[in-house]
Parts: sequence; structure tokens; C-alpha cells
Amino acid sequence: MRFVYAFAAWLPRALLVLVAIGLLNFFLIRLAPGDPASVLAGETGASDARYIEEIRKSYGLDQPLWLQAATYLRNLATFDLGVSYRMQRDVADIIGERIPATLLLTSTALVLAIIIGTLLGIQAARRAGTWQDTVISAFAMLCYATPVFWVGLLLVLLLSVHAGILPPFGMSGLIPKSGFAAVLDALHHLVLPVMTLALFYFAVYVRLGRSATVEVLGRDFVRSARAKGLSERQVLRRHVLRNSVIPVVTMAGLQVGQLLGGAVIVESVFAWPGIGRLAFDALMQRDYNLILGIFFVSSIMVVLANLITDLAVRSIDPRVGRS
Amino acid sequence: MSLLRIEDLRIALPKGGDRAFAVDGVSLHVDQGETLCVVGESGSGKSLTASAIVGLLPSRSLRVAGGRILFEGSDTLRMSSRELQDLRGGRVGFVFQDPLSSLNPLERIGKQVEEVLRQHRWTGDHRQRVLEMLSAVQLPSPESLVEAYPWQLSGGQRQRVMIATALATRPSLLVADEPTSALDVTTQAQILELLRDLTKQHGIALFLITHDFGVVARMADRVAVMKSGKLVEYGTRDAVLRTPREAYTRKLLDAVPPLRAGPARPAGEPVLKATGLTKSWVTRGSLFRPGRTVAALKNVSMSLGHGNTLAVVGESGSGKSTLARVLMCLTGADSGQADLVGINANYLGLRSRDLATVRRNIQLVFQDPYASLNPRRRIGAAVAQGPLAQGEKPGAVHARVAELLGKVQLDPSAADRYPNEFSGGQRQRIAIARALAMRPRVLIADEAVSALDVSVQAEILTLLKDIQRDEGLSMIFVTHDLRVAARMADQVIVMQSGCVVEQGAMQDVLTAPQHHYTAALIDAVPSLPSISVQQ
Repeated sequence: MRFVYAFAAWLPRALLVLVAIGLLNFFLIRLAPGDPASVLAGETGASDARYIEEIRKSYGLDQPLWLQAATYLRNLATFDLGVSYRMQRDVADIIGERIPATLLLTSTALVLAIIIGTLLGIQAARRAGTWQDTVISAFAMLCYATPVFWVGLLLVLLLSVHAGILPPFGMSGLIPKSGFAAVLDALHHLVLPVMTLALFYFAVYVRLGRSATVEVLGRDFVRSARAKGLSERQVLRRHVLRNSVIPVVTMAGLQVGQLLGGAVIVESVFAWPGIGRLAFDALMQRDYNLILGIFFVSSIMVVLANLITDLAVRSIDPRVGRS
Repeated sequence: MSLLRIEDLRIALPKGGDRAFAVDGVSLHVDQGETLCVVGESGSGKSLTASAIVGLLPSRSLRVAGGRILFEGSDTLRMSSRELQDLRGGRVGFVFQDPLSSLNPLERIGKQVEEVLRQHRWTGDHRQRVLEMLSAVQLPSPESLVEAYPWQLSGGQRQRVMIATALATRPSLLVADEPTSALDVTTQAQILELLRDLTKQHGIALFLITHDFGVVARMADRVAVMKSGKLVEYGTRDAVLRTPREAYTRKLLDAVPPLRAGPARPAGEPVLKATGLTKSWVTRGSLFRPGRTVAALKNVSMSLGHGNTLAVVGESGSGKSTLARVLMCLTGADSGQADLVGINANYLGLRSRDLATVRRNIQLVFQDPYASLNPRRRIGAAVAQGPLAQGEKPGAVHARVAELLGKVQLDPSAADRYPNEFSGGQRQRIAIARALAMRPRVLIADEAVSALDVSVQAEILTLLKDIQRDEGLSMIFVTHDLRVAARMADQVIVMQSGCVVEQGAMQDVLTAPQHHYTAALIDAVPSLPSISVQQ
């Protein structure tokens, strides 16, 4: 019942947020210097005023701004994201093609980072003050402090160029494969970019897992659990883990929302055909509809991730939403 | 053979501490079915001794440096961790001080009680045993309680759950570490009675740690007094309470305020006067659930005469702290009239100049001396801040800070130090100096001594009385401890669920309480009945 309440309270808020974001994106992008009509005209080599005017008209750019905004919102409601000026295709289709690659990359990286990072953080907390703690914490700090593109390049140099065991870029080999072989091929290509991205996310979860566990280990109910005769392992599994995972879940929720945007650099380094690079290109080309479409899809992700996080925290912590 | 025999136990502190051993050569024993009270102030090593029995020392940096702990004949210091686990919760049950944090907030009550049965392979029906234990500790409707979460229970109920858990496996020894000091006085009395009944009934030995000689008088067969890690006195209850050999024991006994009040001093003109104060809090609701309204003050009237002390007595949730906040204009009242140091407050909006006057003239000393001082601010700056903010000249303020520190019996050099360099009692002195710096006419002490050891408590109370006499202060003493109220106050108001149920001269109320709640409060006070301490 608590979850139904949470959902019912979330829904109107989420819709409001999406409308606000849609409007904000729309106006922000028009504040940026540059005119899509002249960019398009410039690329075809023609630059006379009549041609530019025609382009304006055909894309509705000659209408007053508020009317354009209203049209945009109305289209959003039916999930019509418009047509890309440059590619002359439906924005929804273009995004739909690119999303799987990005989601595959970022979610794999995030899941790995959360699991390994949190476990290492907990281990560091259990051995707080010993050499294990120092090594884990220092490694996490190092990963966090190193620029992502540099780690990417270094890994390429090490594992592709020198060792020659992993492909340096792309999502598939030059010779197309089918069936199971294609899956293996994609996984093979996935290793390097995932490693690069995961190392970056990982540090946050080490820190979070460690500090939360240290805090929980000092709480009185942990002493109560020991006094019941539980072994350290049982204390950790039955009483500490669930309590210390709450901040991790909250943080993961925040990062899931950013999954689409977080991979621009890694996608560039590894020529990964994802949405991050698409956004970058669209921005350079003043492809308004495409940029707005990508922004909108990202904001849906954020809002959804918020809901999921909220529900997850509620299922872990019975106090939330019931005080 | 004794059930538990501790021989020459020594627990080493990390190097560089103020002493080498946290527990130094302690020997004592507990027989089957008897109650041993271990008494001492904070830092005396009593809790560490108890933790050491089953290898539960709180920090890796503490280790047992010598001695033996024989439980049912075998040395627990030489046991494997497996054997210790069987002991903990199986043969030895534990109840800790703070019931609010001793239960896992994410698990249901039933599961937490049942866990100890599962751990020690209880042969009977687990659910049956859980229900049996919850009713044994007199909790209402155990059937629905097993489904509840800890935060849905009161402090007293949670402590009952802890006791149920500790006794579920029929241990032969129950270690209770200050089990009632975080509880209200009537709840405290009930929990102590419950502990006594259950342990006597099942022949369970009780190792009871306390700092309160009232508790000792009520519970103990034998008493061990500890100071700075050493056992200073050890004997039967009557011997220790009637004819203490050690000066330290006598000091602790003397520090227990008797439940006796002197005649009320003549009161001057009222400095604070309030009539018909009402205040309710609205808890936040949600989309589908309206917020609830909780009445914290219901038609409360009071008056404080110049130079007098008024005690506001009641249990948690009775509204006594809300009253203090309303009188200081820290929060508004819903209705009612008040005359605060000559300013007429109807709580419908006080002019900021009047508000400043009220705040300057009424100063507050808080309960927790560890939380009420900014750790990054030197003592001198903390004390000087109020007068400086009022525009007094820095030179004059500086001189006053030194004078005030002297008045609360601290060295003037304290001004350059930080709060963490001081003990709880010293910090409370600093908080008093800070309050006095504003030259207030009224001092409100909100549970100002309840976090302190009994001997420190006595010192602070004496200090406050002296200051009151010298400065002509009027005081309001908000407390749940009737003994403290009796010692300090001329007048008293007793509060229950936001209402004043009784008010009058302290002496009259103590000798002839009119309301049954007041009588219950007086009955619940752990005192030293029928034991006259030879001076």
C-alpha cells in the first residue's frame, strides 16, 4: 500500500517536472548563438536569403517563439520528438537506434562499480585503520582523481596495442557475425570501455560503502546482535549490510539518471556508437530537434530513476514514508 | 562454586592515555540467582568489565592484559570465538543502556527476538516462545507487536523487548548495563521491578551496572564500587550502604539528593507570569493522510517570583520543554497571555525590540553539554559572543568573561581552550557562564544536570544555588528527576500530557501530593529508603 501511495504522489510531480524541463530546454537552446537555418543552408553551399527563409518556413522557425513552444509541448505529449533537421529522419527513431549501445555500456559499468565498490568499501570498513583499508581507500582515490580519457587511452595502449587481447574501439569487428558469435564479439568490444567507466564510478561506492559501514558498525544494535551470539559474518549479513546499503542505493539512483549523459567522453575515446556522441554532434550542428529529443529522453530517465530509487529505499527502510 | 568469578582482571588502554589500565586488578564474583550491582561514575571501567565477560570489548585497541574470568568453571578469556558465541545470548543475556538504538530499525520486533532462539537452536516452537517472552515482560498484545518495528514503540517498551530477548534462551546470567538510565522515572521503576521479578522467579543471576544508589538500594544483594578502573569497595548491600568504608563511596552516597525539600523562600514580584498557554504541534501529513495534531500545552498557567526557583516536573512528552521554549519566545503559543520580564506577550507577534529584551533577560542552559557548545569555538569567544552581539565594549566583555569563569570555578586560562578539552561537568559550567554573560534575570535549566554523573550533578546544583543567591536570579528548573527538583525548587508544577496536574510549594507537594500522578512520580523515585547513612 505504501508503494501505491508513493507512486500516486510521484506521478503528478513527475509530469510537472517533465513539462518544466521540456519548456526550459526549448528556450535555453534558442538562447544559444547560431541559427539552424543558416547552418543548414551553409552546408549545401547556398547562402542566399530567400533559400534560408524557405528553410525557416518549412521547419516552422518563422513562427513566434511561444507558438513554437506550444507546438513542441503538444508534440511531446504524443511522444513526437520531431524530425532531425540534418538527418531528415524522425528524432525518436535516431535516439531509439543509439540508446541500446549507451545503456549496455553505462549500466554494465555502473552495476560492476556498485557491486565491487560497495563490497570493497565494506571490507575497508571492517578492517578500518589496517593496511587493507589504506590500500582500498588509496586505490579508490587514485581512480577518482585520474581523468577518464587518460585511463581509457592507457588501457587501450596496454591491453590492445601491447598485449593485443582486446579490440581498441567500436562495438563490433569488421567482419559481421551472427547469432552467438555476434554477442561474444560485442562483449569482447565492451570490456575496455566498461572498465574505463567503471573505474571512474567505482571510487564513489568505495567511499560511500566504507563510511556507511563504519557508521553502522558503531551503532548500538550491532552490539546487541553480537551479544545474541551472532558471528561477525552473521552480524554483517543480517544487520549491517541492509543499513549501510541505503546511501548506496540513493547514490546509485542519482547516477542511473545520468547514465545517458555520463558516457560522452568514453564513447568518444572508444568510438562507441552511443547517444553521448550523438548529442555532441547534434549540438555542434545546431540540430535543435535532435538535441531537445535527447535532453527529453534523459530527463525521463532521471524522473524514472527517482521513482525507482524511492521505491527501493522504501522497501529497504520501513521508516521511510510512514513516520 | 560461583556462577561467575572474575580474578584480577586487567584491561589495558592504548599507550598515551591518562592511565595504563581501564580496568585494573578487579576481582569479584556472582553466585547463582543473586544480584550484584556494580556502581561507579563514567570512566570507572564498570561497563568494560561487563563486556570482557563474554569477549565483547568495544574496540580493537582495548585488550585484556591479565586475569581470569571463570564462568560456570571455564575461563572465557581462553575460549574460542565459537565458544564465546554460544555463551553470548545463550548462557549470558545482555541488556544495554539505550533502548532507542539497541534494536535494528529495519527489522520487525518478532524477528529480532526470534533471532536469538534460532542462533542457539531453541528446541521448542520459536513463535510460541517469542509470544511467551513478550507477555512475560508485560508488553501489550504480543500478537501484533511481533509485526511492529522498533520505532513504533516507546523507550520503555523497547527496553522490555531487549529484556525479553536477553531472557528468551533461559540464561543463567543476565548482564544489564545501566538498563534504566535513559528512561522516565515511572518507566524506570517498572523496568527495575520487572528485572527483579523475572530474575528471582527463574533463578537468574543479575550483573547490574548503575551509577544510581537508589537503584542499588532497590535491587542489590551485593555491591561493588569502582573508581578509575579499580574496585574500591565490595560487600553486601546493607554493609556498603550503611557503613561505607571508603571515602569515595560515602561521597557517592552523599551526592544522592534526598527526596526532601526545604520551606519555600519568600517570593518577590513575579518576573514571569503566564496564563492559559496553549500550544499544539501538527505532524506533517501526506496526500492521503491528514497530519495529526498533538497538544503539547493545554491551558497552562504559571508564575515565577523574583529570586525563586520553579521546578517543572514531568516525563518525556509531558510538554515541559515546550513550556520552556514558549517562555523564551523560541516558539509561539497558539493562545494565552504572558508577562515576560515586564514585556506583555500575547504571542501574536512580538516586536523585534521586545523579543530582544525577552531573550536577553531569559537565558537557557541545555541538557547535553557535549552538543551545546560549538566545538570549533574557544570557550572565551563562546561566552563573550552574547554581550558582544548586544554591543558591549570588547574590553569590558573580556574582563567579564574572566570573572564569570571564576564564578563557575574554572581557571581563567580556560578561555583560550576548546570544548573538547573539558569534561561534561566542566562543559556544563561553561554553558552556565555563557548564560550568565547576558546578565539575565531568569535562568531556565532544561534537564541541565541529567546527563551528568551523580557527584558532578551535586556540584553543579550547589553552584547554581550559590549563583542564584549572589546574583538574585530567578530560575526555572525543567527536570524529570524529582530529587533534583526537590533540592532546587521553592515551587513546583507537575505536568502530564500537556496539562498542569498539580502545582504548589515544593515541600507541600512532596509531603502531601493531591494528584495520583504526582504520587506515582514520588513513589517511583529510587531512593535510599530506611537506610540511614552513617556520617
